[in-house]
Amino acid sequence: MTQLMTEDGIRCDGRRVDELRNISIKVGVLKNADGSAYIEFGKNKILAGIFGPRDVHPKHMANQDTGILRCRYHMSPFSVTERKNPAPSRREIEISKVIKEALQPALILKDFPRTVIDVFVEVLQADGGSRCAALDAAAVALADAGIPMRDLVSACAAGKVADRIVLDVNNEEDQEGQADMPVAMMPNVGKITLMQLDGILTPEEYKTCLQTAIGGCKRVYEIQRKALMEKYFQNGEQ
Amino acid sequence: MGSVILDQLKRDRILDLLKEGKRVDGRALEEQRQLSIETGVIPKANGSARVKLANTEVITGVKIQPDKPFPDLGDKGILICTAEILPLADPNVEPGPPTEDVIELARVVDRGIRETEMIDLHQLVLKENKSVIGLFIDSSIINADGNLFDACSYASVAAILSCTVPKYEIKDEAPVLVEGVTSKAPVQTLPVSVTMARIGDYIVVDPTTEEEACMDSRITITTNSEGNICALQKGGSNGFTVDQLVRCSEIALSVGTKIRKRLEQLMQDGKE
Repeated sequence: MTQLMTEDGIRCDGRRVDELRNISIKVGVLKNADGSAYIEFGKNKILAGIFGPRDVHPKHMANQDTGILRCRYHMSPFSVTERKNPAPSRREIEISKVIKEALQPALILKDFPRTVIDVFVEVLQADGGSRCAALDAAAVALADAGIPMRDLVSACAAGKVADRIVLDVNNEEDQEGQADMPVAMMPNVGKITLMQLDGILTPEEYKTCLQTAIGGCKRVYEIQRKALMEKYFQNGEQ
Repeated sequence: MGSVILDQLKRDRILDLLKEGKRVDGRALEEQRQLSIETGVIPKANGSARVKLANTEVITGVKIQPDKPFPDLGDKGILICTAEILPLADPNVEPGPPTEDVIELARVVDRGIRETEMIDLHQLVLKENKSVIGLFIDSSIINADGNLFDACSYASVAAILSCTVPKYEIKDEAPVLVEGVTSKAPVQTLPVSVTMARIGDYIVVDPTTEEEACMDSRITITTNSEGNICALQKGGSNGFTVDQLVRCSEIALSVGTKIRKRLEQLMQDGKE
C-alpha cells in the first residue's frame, strides 16, 4: 500500500490537504458541436460536446411543455490501466444520470419545448474525480452552446485520507482513502445539485467535508469563468 | 418511478398540507410508513426477507457460492447487491433491460451495504487470490409505491442477517462443500438507509410514489451502528441548500436509530 500522506500533511502527489490539482479548461474545441469544452483536471482528460436544442428522437420522448436534457458519460477503452469494455457499464449509466440531474437545475429548458439538449462527455483519460471534471466541462460547454442558464455548475470532490479531510481526491486516494464525496453546485444560487458519498464520516466530518468540497467548487468556478472569458472577451472587453 | 404524471393541482395540495405540517396519508413529515420485516420466506435461498413499507413491497434473497475473487481484491470475498422492479410491481414498468433509475437503485443499495463495511469480506476468503465465498443479494420489488431505496436496503440487510453461510474447504485447489456445517454471516455493523424528498422548502421522510412524482429532489443517506454517515446519494432534477443537507444528515441519524433497533432484534432472535 502506498503512503497516502506524510507526517507534515503532504499528499502522495505532493499537494497540501486544501490544494486542487492543476485544472485547465479550453472552450469551443469541437467544430461540429453547438458548444464544447476540453478539461484537464490533474491527469483527467475529458471532452464535452453539446448538441441542441434540437428535434427529439425517438419522438415519444418529447415533452410539449419543456425541453429535455440527456446526458451520456462514457469512458474510452484506453482511459484506464486495464482496458475498459467500450459498452456502457452500470457505473457509467449511473454517472450519466447524476450528471444530468446536476446540470438540469441550472438550465432554463422551459424556453425550448419539444426539443432535446444532448450532453456527450468522453473521458479520454481517467484519474479519480472524473465525474466532477466531466461536469465542469459539460457546464462550460453548455454555456458555450448559448443555452440560457441560471448559473454555471461547478463540481469538486472532497474526502477523508489518512484521517484528514482533503480537497479534490485523486485516484490513489479514492482507491485507498477512507471517504470520497463528490459535490456539484450552482455557486451563485448556492444550491447543491450533485452529492454522493462513499466511505465513513462522523457527523462533524460530514459537515467539514461538505464545506471543503464547496470551497473547491468555488475555485473551480473561477477557472470555468476565466475559460469562457478567454473565448468570448479576447480583446479585453468586459 | 417518476412516471406518474401529477398535475400542478396535486402538487399544490401536497404543498398546502405540508405548510400545516401534514401529509396526504396523515403522517408527520419525519415519520416513516408502517414497516414490516419477515425473514426466511424463501427456504431455498441461504437467506431471505420480505419487507413492506406500507404498499411498497420487496423480496430479497441471498445466494452464497464459491467464486473467483476480483483480480485486485484477492484478499476479500465478493458482495454484490442487485435490484429489479418486476413488471408485476407497477403498471408503468415494462420488461426489458434495466433503466437508469433501476441501475441507480441497485447501486445505491449496494453502496450502503458495502461502504458501511457491514460484512467483513476478509473472512470470506478460502484461498487468497484463488477462491473466495460470494454473497449475491438480489432484491425483487413486487409492488412499487415510492421509496424503493429504503425498502430494498432494509430487505437486503434483513436477508443477510437471516442467512446461513455454508462451509467450504479447499481440496485439490478447488472449493468443496462441507455438508452440515454452517455459520452466520460475519456482520460488523448495521447499515440503515433513510430516504428523504424535498418538496418546496419541506423535507419529508419515506416519500410515496405520489410525493416522489412532485418532489424537487431526493436524498438517500446510509448510517452505521456507530452513528457515522457512510453513503449518500442525491437524486432528482433539483438541488439542496447546505442547511438542508445538514438537516437531512441529522434526520437520517435519528430515524435510522429506530430502524436499527428492530434490525438488532432480528439479529439476536433470528426473527422480530
